[in-house]
Amino acid sequence: MNGTFRLNGRQVAFEPGQTILDAAISLQVQIPTLCHLAGTTPTGTCGVCVVEVKGLQETQPACATPIREGMEVWTDTPKVRLDRQAAIRRLLLSGHHNCFVNDLDVDRWTDFQLETLRRPWHGTLCPSYGDCRLQDLAVAYGVRTQGHVPRPPAHIPLDDQHPMFVRDFSRCIGCGRCVKACNEVQVQGALAAAVPETGGGKGKTWFPAADYDKCVHCGECVQACPVGALFEKKSYGKAWPYETERIRTTCPYCGVGCQQWLHVKEGRIVRVTGVDGAQPNQGRLCVKGRFGYEFIYSEERLKTPLIRNGTGFREASWDEALDLVAGRFQEILRAHGPDAVAGVSCARSINEDSYQMQKFFRAVIGTNNIDHCART
Amino acid sequence: MTNSFAHFSQAKLFLVIGSNMTEAHPVAATFVKQAVKKGARLIVVDPRKTGIAEHATIHLPLRVGTDVALLNALMHVLIQEGLYDREYVERRTEGFEDLERKVREYPPERAAGICGIDAQTIREVARLLASVKPAMLIYTLGITEHTCGVNNVLSCANLQMLLGNVGFQCGGVNPLRGQNNVQGACDMGALPNVYPGYQRVDVPEIRKKFESFWGTSLPSRPGLTIPEMLDGLVDGTVRGFYVFGENLANTEPHIRHVERCLQAAEFLVCQDIFPTETTRFAHVVFPAAAWSETDGTFTNSERRVSRVRAASRPPGSAMPNWWIFKELARRFGHRWDSDSARDIWDREIRLLAPQLAGITYARLEHDGLQWPVPREDHPGTPYLHKDGLFVRGLGRFHAVDWTPPAESPDEEYPFVLSTGRRLYHYHTRTQTGRCGGLDELLPEETADISPADAQSLGIQDGDRVRVRSRRGEVVVRARVTSQVPRGLVWMAFHFRNGNANWLTNPVFDPVTKTAEYKACAVRIDKVSEDGGGVEAA
Repeated sequence: MNGTFRLNGRQVAFEPGQTILDAAISLQVQIPTLCHLAGTTPTGTCGVCVVEVKGLQETQPACATPIREGMEVWTDTPKVRLDRQAAIRRLLLSGHHNCFVNDLDVDRWTDFQLETLRRPWHGTLCPSYGDCRLQDLAVAYGVRTQGHVPRPPAHIPLDDQHPMFVRDFSRCIGCGRCVKACNEVQVQGALAAAVPETGGGKGKTWFPAADYDKCVHCGECVQACPVGALFEKKSYGKAWPYETERIRTTCPYCGVGCQQWLHVKEGRIVRVTGVDGAQPNQGRLCVKGRFGYEFIYSEERLKTPLIRNGTGFREASWDEALDLVAGRFQEILRAHGPDAVAGVSCARSINEDSYQMQKFFRAVIGTNNIDHCART
Repeated sequence: MTNSFAHFSQAKLFLVIGSNMTEAHPVAATFVKQAVKKGARLIVVDPRKTGIAEHATIHLPLRVGTDVALLNALMHVLIQEGLYDREYVERRTEGFEDLERKVREYPPERAAGICGIDAQTIREVARLLASVKPAMLIYTLGITEHTCGVNNVLSCANLQMLLGNVGFQCGGVNPLRGQNNVQGACDMGALPNVYPGYQRVDVPEIRKKFESFWGTSLPSRPGLTIPEMLDGLVDGTVRGFYVFGENLANTEPHIRHVERCLQAAEFLVCQDIFPTETTRFAHVVFPAAAWSETDGTFTNSERRVSRVRAASRPPGSAMPNWWIFKELARRFGHRWDSDSARDIWDREIRLLAPQLAGITYARLEHDGLQWPVPREDHPGTPYLHKDGLFVRGLGRFHAVDWTPPAESPDEEYPFVLSTGRRLYHYHTRTQTGRCGGLDELLPEETADISPADAQSLGIQDGDRVRVRSRRGEVVVRARVTSQVPRGLVWMAFHFRNGNANWLTNPVFDPVTKTAEYKACAVRIDKVSEDGGGVEAA
């Protein structure tokens, strides 16, 4: 039986077991989130999705609070805004978040920047600059840090042993999204299942430990990281997120057909991410889909038609090469008939290419000798 | 696939057979693993304890190439104990009597002797399969890459029809396609017997339709398959050979034979994005635009047509593949009007293939469409044969017998070699070998063997070993792993050095001409430090 509760004064229905956040999403009422990762169990660590519940002194995390019959919830009150600001400020001050939103006093800012830039993989601004959930929230909620002291943890591990990405815990906000992505989305179990009991920023130092024997290098954790704590090595320093355009395409590897965002700067792919909510992959990618793109820029690419010249090849124009192929096939057709020509199409290329090739063989050459590796 | 990937996360029972999905289809596997985490049950049938087997409720490590015996025995139990879906079988299928007669010959005790799974376990699995409806059957090349590949597929279909599982969400028979557009290449008629949309070349009315659309006369005789083409190069029946985007010299069984065939070609054209082991034999090489350099469509395993979009320019004077074929056709006096992938789809493909008639590029924004899409107002088809109403009318059972692989282990070649794909590389590494980090994750081929065999051969993990078949030999490092059962050597075909296809057997399923990549006989010997072989005990 569905019950009802009041959301921002409106009487609305809810399903048993729904959290306030679940109901708000289905009713299209905006509640900001940070540590919440769709489809996974809540960690409730960040304190950003807090709402007021009538009868309770403290604001409550919407992601972890189940709705009760008759509950009265307010999602945007002065108290809610103050608590969200405080949560965001606490997270900003908890690590090396050296972007403009951390508007410290001038002297402190300089010291903080110099200290931050000294660290490995910190030679520039945060790699998530412009694509950071914490930064967005800080702007949206007008969070000021002047008059506060940043407190990055003193002994901060930085894990750059991985071939594909860096795990920089000096920017980790302890949200647990990477752990959820590994254990509940990819179901790989390579990141420590334990999440901080009291939230990463609340004075407790906590970093997800990685078991690289179990890791399959899919990078789902990197995609889930809402800040600049996890980032990809190959895209590091190539482009700021705001400089890239996103082009949606389909992965060129296996037959699942994952939907990808290509992040492109000046006609060059600098990063690939999964398209959230898209069929069939719902935002997920594997190691090849995420990191297997730059072959297209290899210097070994074939760039011009080639014609055999003894044991090697010489470069040729399209006209010369096409004329030669057409001429030789015509000779074979005249001497031996159309069935003396055969072709293999490509199971990697687009539908339209295979269509053209079979049409060429059937309608032009005059043979059904056309196949592809359907069998492998 | 009869069904959709979206059904994976909701399914309650899976039978995954011959599918190393955590490596070959990693994202699809995440949905199965999630379902299992939520309480779904998972039966994995595979000689190896693969990644997905680690999540299994029951793992059946059958002997390589014994699937039909196992599946027939499961059906034997289902019929004998009255556990099959009688109503579905009576109303939706035909040929049950033949099936019943055949599987009667496969009591679990007999099958146990063939497949190595004990009779009691076979009975329990049959009961488990009958306990949840519907169950999803997922298979990959472990089913098809055998000389009995067709019979393996038919057995999977038999089982699912007997259980009444075809035609429902979270049910069906679901082959995961190995390559991004192998489904699409089939749909487009890059096959010797069918035009686009699986319309047979030897049916006169269909041929007439294509003749009038393309404005030319067309041949009626079905053409050659790849292995027949290769043999034709040697015997002279095939003289001109055109290879588009395939590295046959590494991917086909028995590399030495394949290279002899390619060498024999009177005129070989290759069209590719990289020089490969195959382009070495070419007379002309055309440089092609790659994946992110053209607009077009791919069709995935669940029949979903999705857009592919250009993000960058092709290098040098490389051109889109469709343009190259159009230009060649022009030199034969054929003027083709379509001048973009979108034109080709909207003005040709969808007018010719009834399943795709309702798909236009304009409709392919966002998540694409799953064929059949017969009309422009049709939403697509997430699963086929809805409610057991089969496209052909009644679902047909095919009674089939188990047959062993063409080559069995013997004294000289005492191990079974089975092959497949590994996670970190793709096919012959033309792409993944040129992407930073992936070579670091998997730098070379290995021969994967069981700890028991390693011990009896005196081989340690990382030792160099020589793997030899009747067709060739390779020297690679041994990877000693409990994933692999005793008597099995497992290898992949990603690297030129140590490529399993130096060893594999060029014998084929008689119908599909699929090679028996999954089973041949090999011997394995430790290589001493000076490079010489040490005879195995």
